[in-house]
Amino acid sequence: MSIAIYIAVMAGVTYLIRMLPFTFFRREIKSRFLKSFLYYIPYAVLAAMTIPAIFYSTGSFVTAAAGTAVALVMAWFDLPLIAVALAAAGTAFVTGIFF
Amino acid sequence: MNKDLIKGISHGIPIMLGYLSVSFGIGIMAVRAGITPFQATMISLTNLTSAGQAAGIGIIASAGTLVEMALVQFTINLRYALMSLSLSQKLDKKKFTLPKRLLASYGITDEIFAVCSAQKEPLTPAYMYGMILIATAGWVAGTILGAEAGSILPKAVTDAMGIVLYGMFIAIFIPPIHKHKNVLFTISAAAALSILFRYAIKAVSAGFAIIICAVIASAAAAVLFPIDDSSSDESEAAE
Repeated sequence: MSIAIYIAVMAGVTYLIRMLPFTFFRREIKSRFLKSFLYYIPYAVLAAMTIPAIFYSTGSFVTAAAGTAVALVMAWFDLPLIAVALAAAGTAFVTGIFF
Repeated sequence: MNKDLIKGISHGIPIMLGYLSVSFGIGIMAVRAGITPFQATMISLTNLTSAGQAAGIGIIASAGTLVEMALVQFTINLRYALMSLSLSQKLDKKKFTLPKRLLASYGITDEIFAVCSAQKEPLTPAYMYGMILIATAGWVAGTILGAEAGSILPKAVTDAMGIVLYGMFIAIFIPPIHKHKNVLFTISAAAALSILFRYAIKAVSAGFAIIICAVIASAAAAVLFPIDDSSSDESEAAE
């Protein structure tokens, strides 16, 4: 299948999700379940995307695990996104020199 | 009008710098998945989102179906609907006519939402355009650099850069645990299910597995630990 069609579907769905509520929807969401569900969903999505895929992201389980450990510790201390992301890569790189 | 544009651009500069490094990872990831630098650039320009693009690249690489693509994008990006909803209440209603809403909604990302919702004055189109413009420039430039550098940089470097995006995801889903212990339940459940799908239920494709894991974990958390209505949902959604 042409990659252009994939990109069109991706872009179309993503745009509509942003556009429809921003442009037309005015009511407030009242359902407590729905509000809670929407609050949790980003974290659940990111966790499911990250684990276990992160361990395959560098081509070596050892370097990826080292990078993950550093990222988890830095994230726990609430360091900026970029710092955490680049430190994970730096750790994976340095670990890769030795393993 | 111009003053708001400049203000938007200046508020968007930190976002641009952040996007530059993260989309560098997206560019590398795309090329590794067999996507050309031009296609990767088009994906970044038309989507402007990290998690959705990463999942979408995975689906393209594994030749998934378009239904899968649509459902995965819907689930992963559903949070934007909530952010858009919240921002729509904050707009300068006179200046934000229908065409301007159609245009500005393109650029509602986690970071832009966070900065916009922290503003005291009503949001004007010029302010949002400025911020979206500079942020998108960083996002697209980073993708191009990552996609092109993928073939220039030593393999040891691009291998290590493969983890950048996941590192950012960790930096998003770990800190909220301090404020809400229930987030730990949610991410643990989603991660455990994801591991189950990866190693035990291989028949389900990666994209659908993400949806199923996320929906089950979030629904369970919503039933077991409904969030407090009185706490400000908008600032929490920014993360």
